[in-house]
Amino acid sequence: MDTNLVEMCRAGLKWFTMLLDAPSARIVLFGVRIQGHIFVEVLLGFVIVFLLSQKSYKPPQRPLTEQEIDELCDEWVPEPLIPPITQDMRHEPPVLESAAGPHTTVDGKDVVNFASANYLGLIGHQKLLESCTSALEKYGVGSCGPRGFYGTIDVHIDCETRISKFLGTPDTILYSYGLSTMFSTIPCFCKRGDIIVADEGVHWGIQNGLQLSRSTIIYFKHNDMDSLRSTLEKIMTKNKRSKNLRRYIVAEAVYQNSGQIAPLDEIVKLKEKYRFRVILDESNSLGVLGRSGRGLAEHHGVPIEKIDVVTAAMGHALATEGGFCTGNARIIDYQRLSSSGYVFSASLPPYLASAAITAIDVIDQNPELLVKMKQNIALLWKGLKDIKGMSLASDPESPIVFLKLEKSSGSTKDDLLLLEKMADRALKEDSLLVVSSKKSFLDKCRLPVGIKLFVSAGHSDSDLIKASESLKRLASELLL
Amino acid sequence: MITIPYLTAVSTYFSYGLLFAFGQLRDYSRRIFDWWSTNNLHGYAPICLAHEDFYIRRLYHRIQDCFGRPISSAPDAWVDVVERFSNDNNKTLKRTTKSTRCLNLGSYNYLGFGSYDEYCTPLVIDSLKKFSPSTCSSRVDAGTTSVHAELEECVAKYVGKPAAIVTGMGYATNSAIIPVLIGKGGLIISDSLNHTSIVNGARGSGATIRVFQHNTPAHLERVLKEQIAEGQPRTHRPWKKIMVVVEGIYSMEGEICQLPEIVSICKKYKAYVYLDEAHSIGAIGKTGRGVCELLGVDTADVDIMMGTFTKSFGSCGGYIAGSKDLIQYLKYHCPAHLYATSISTPSAQQIISAIKVILGEDGSNRGAQKLARIRENSNFFRAELQKMGFEVLGDNDSPVMPIMLYNPAKIPAFSRECLRENVAVVVVGFPATPLLLARARICISASHSREDLIKALQVISKAGDLTGIKYFPAAPKKQEEVKDTIKLD
Repeated sequence: MDTNLVEMCRAGLKWFTMLLDAPSARIVLFGVRIQGHIFVEVLLGFVIVFLLSQKSYKPPQRPLTEQEIDELCDEWVPEPLIPPITQDMRHEPPVLESAAGPHTTVDGKDVVNFASANYLGLIGHQKLLESCTSALEKYGVGSCGPRGFYGTIDVHIDCETRISKFLGTPDTILYSYGLSTMFSTIPCFCKRGDIIVADEGVHWGIQNGLQLSRSTIIYFKHNDMDSLRSTLEKIMTKNKRSKNLRRYIVAEAVYQNSGQIAPLDEIVKLKEKYRFRVILDESNSLGVLGRSGRGLAEHHGVPIEKIDVVTAAMGHALATEGGFCTGNARIIDYQRLSSSGYVFSASLPPYLASAAITAIDVIDQNPELLVKMKQNIALLWKGLKDIKGMSLASDPESPIVFLKLEKSSGSTKDDLLLLEKMADRALKEDSLLVVSSKKSFLDKCRLPVGIKLFVSAGHSDSDLIKASESLKRLASELLL
Repeated sequence: MITIPYLTAVSTYFSYGLLFAFGQLRDYSRRIFDWWSTNNLHGYAPICLAHEDFYIRRLYHRIQDCFGRPISSAPDAWVDVVERFSNDNNKTLKRTTKSTRCLNLGSYNYLGFGSYDEYCTPLVIDSLKKFSPSTCSSRVDAGTTSVHAELEECVAKYVGKPAAIVTGMGYATNSAIIPVLIGKGGLIISDSLNHTSIVNGARGSGATIRVFQHNTPAHLERVLKEQIAEGQPRTHRPWKKIMVVVEGIYSMEGEICQLPEIVSICKKYKAYVYLDEAHSIGAIGKTGRGVCELLGVDTADVDIMMGTFTKSFGSCGGYIAGSKDLIQYLKYHCPAHLYATSISTPSAQQIISAIKVILGEDGSNRGAQKLARIRENSNFFRAELQKMGFEVLGDNDSPVMPIMLYNPAKIPAFSRECLRENVAVVVVGFPATPLLLARARICISASHSREDLIKALQVISKAGDLTGIKYFPAAPKKQEEVKDTIKLD
C-alpha cells in the first residue's frame, strides 16, 4: 500500500517536473540551465513585491468640522487671569517722605533705615547732587533713544572709561537697569548646548538669564567649594565632548539672598584646573570689599584678569541706578551688538551716569568711608551675637547682615508672614526699618529666609545699638 | 505692505552675496595667517564661535560709523553730534573734541520733553535735592517714596485704568511681567513683528507661543479657533489661558495696530489682550492717551496695558495698568518689583510733571499745543516725502516714518550724506529688520519747527537723489529712476 502511494507520488512529481522543464528545456542563461523551479521563484518574487507595495492600514482621518470647532470654542472656559487675592497680598510697603539715607522719614516720624543698600552713605552726598544738577540742566532727564541711535551721550562713554580705570579692566559696557545686566549678559555668551555651573543661591536676575540662555545648568550647593569641585569633576570626566563646549561658573561676590562671600581664590584655582570661565556678579561688593573698594578680586588678592566677565548693578554702594559689565575688549565689543538689554532698550539717563562717575571719584578720594563701614558691621555683629531664635548666617565681613530663623515652621509662607510681622512691628514700635525676605513664585532659590540689614557707613553707633536691642526684643517676643 | 521692486530685490541679494563672499575670503586668509601665530586659549573653548560674529566683523564693522554716534548735548530738535575718526578702517572709532550741530531726526522725543523744560526741570531738580538720585532699595523694602505713590496714581488716571505699577526699565517690564501672568499650559499669540522684549518675556514664561501675521485680525481669528480646538500640544488638554500680545505703534513699520477688530475677536474667544504702547502713549490721540483714544476702544476691554516713559515723556521706565486686583497681584509677585532697585525719584517726578503739562494741569496750554504740533508735523512730513517719490511706510498720524532703502550699500551712503549736510538720521538694517528690507527711520518731534522740517526735506531729497531711493514716481513731475550703483567703500 505504502509503496504504491510513494510510487504514485514519485510519478506525479516526475511528470510535474517534466511539465515545468518542458518550456525551458533548451534555455541556458549565463551558463546555467534554467530549471522549472525558477518560474515558481519568479512568481513568488512578484507576490512579495505586490505585498510590499501595499500601503499599511491607517485609520481614516476625520478632521474636525467647522461646527465642531465652533462648539469647542464656545465650551472652552479659561482660567481667570490672576488667582483670587488673599489678605496677605494686600500688604503695603512703607512710604518714605525723604531721601533713603541712614535716617529717613516715614509717616512723619524719623526712622533709622537699614533697608537701603547705601553701603558708603553716598545718598545725599553734596558732590553727587551737584554733578546731577548740572547734568540735568544740560541734558534733561532721559536720553530718548537706544545706544545705537543717538542715545550715546558723552557722559556714558566717560562713565565707562572711569569704571574701567577704577577696576583696572580694558573695557566696560553700561546697562540702563541693574536687574537687566545679568539677564542680558548671560544669554549673549551661553547658548544651547553649553554647560553652566551655578550656585543655587543666585538671585532672580541671574536665574532668568540662565533660563533664557537654554544651556545645561547644574547647580552646586550654596558657597560649598567641595560640592563645586565634585560637580566640575563629574562634568569633565563624564562627557568627552565637554572639551569643545563653552563652560562657565556663575557666582555672586556677596550673595543677595544670604550675605555669604564667595571664596574667589578657590574658585579661580578650580577654574584653571578644569578650564572653565567665571562670570561674577559684584553688585554688593563694589565699593565695599578690598582695601580701596575695588571688589572681591582685591579682597582675595586675585588679579582681575583672571575673572572673565564681571557684572555689577550700580544701585548699591554707588548710590545711582543702572549696571555695567566689564572684561576684556573682545567680550565687551561683542555685547554691544548682541546683548538684547543693551541694543533694544533706551540708554541710562545721563544724570545717573554722571552720578556714577562722581561716586567713584568720592570712593577713590575717601578710603575712610570703607573703614567706617567695616567698623559698623563689626559693631552690629557684636550686638546681635546672642539674639534668640535667630542666628547670624552671613559672612562677618559682608555688608548684608542676614539673620536666619533657627527653627522654621515647616512652610515658607508662614515663615515669611512671621518675618513680615516682625519687620512691621520694628517699624511701628522702634522706628527701625529692616528687610524681611520676600519671595516671588518665579524665584527658584530655596535658601532659608530671614531678616536682612544693610549696614551703611553713615550709621552712627547709637543707630546700630538701637537696631540690635530692638531686634533682640522682638525676636524673644515673637519667636519663642 | 512692502512690495519690493524685482530689480531691487535681485541687486540687494547680489550685494549681500558679494559682501558675504568677501567676508568669507578674508576669514579664510585670516585663518591661514593665524596658523603661524600661537593659539593662546590653552584648552578653553573659544568664547565667540567664528560664525556667530561673522556678521559683526565683516559687514557691520565696515559701516560702524553710522551707528552709535555719540552726542554731547540734550537730545532736542537740534543736537551736537560728536565727530569720530578711525585709524584702522572703522574697527575702532575714537572721539574727538569737536562736534557739529545737526538736526535731530533720530531720537524718540515725540513731545519735546527731552531737554530742559521750563516747568518740569525745576521740579525735577527740587526732587533730586530732596530724595537724591536713587533709593538703593527695591520697592517693597524702602524704595517707595511719596513720589512713587503719586506717580502710580497719576499714570493710572492718565491711561484710564483703575491702578498702575511702575518699574525702572521698559524692557524689563515685559520680561518680568509676562512670566507672572502666564506659565506652562498657557498660550501666547503674538504679532509676528513684536519687539524683542515681548519675545524674551514670552520665552521666559514657559508658555507655548504662536505667531499671527502682522496686523491681520482675520489670521488671528483663524489661529485662535485652531488652537482652542486642538488644545495643548501632544496631550490635547484645553489651554489654561490664552493671551494675545500686540503693540500700539510698531517701531520699525510705523503702523498703528487694528485694535478694535482684535479686541472684538479676543472678546468672542475669551482671550486676554496685552497691549504694549511703548511708542503710542503720549504721541497719538487727541489728549495723547494712545491708540485706545485714537481708535475709540474702551480701556476696560483691554486687560493689560503696558507702556514706557522713554519716548514721549523724556524720562525712563515702564508701567503696567490694569484692574486693582491685577496690580495688587503683580506687586506681590513681580520680580522687578521685589528685587530690582526702584525707579530713580527725579525721573519719576519728570513723568508726573510731563503728564501734568500734557493734560494742561500746569496752567498753560503747552500740552495741547505740543500734541497738535506733532500731529501736524507728522502728517506734513509724510505727505511731502510721498510726493517726492520715496517709499514711506506707516499710517497717518504716526510720528514714526521708515523710508525704504533695501540695498546694503545705500545704508551708509544715505546716512553719511545726510550727516554731511548736518541732518542726523537713523538707518537700520539686518538683524533689526529682515535681510532685504533695510530702511532709514525718521522720528518727528513736537519741538521741530516748520523751517526745520523744510530743511530736512531738502537734505533728504538731495541724498535720496544721490542714492537712488525714490522708488515711486514723484508727483507732479515725473522722475526717471536712477540706476543702481553698488558702492563698496
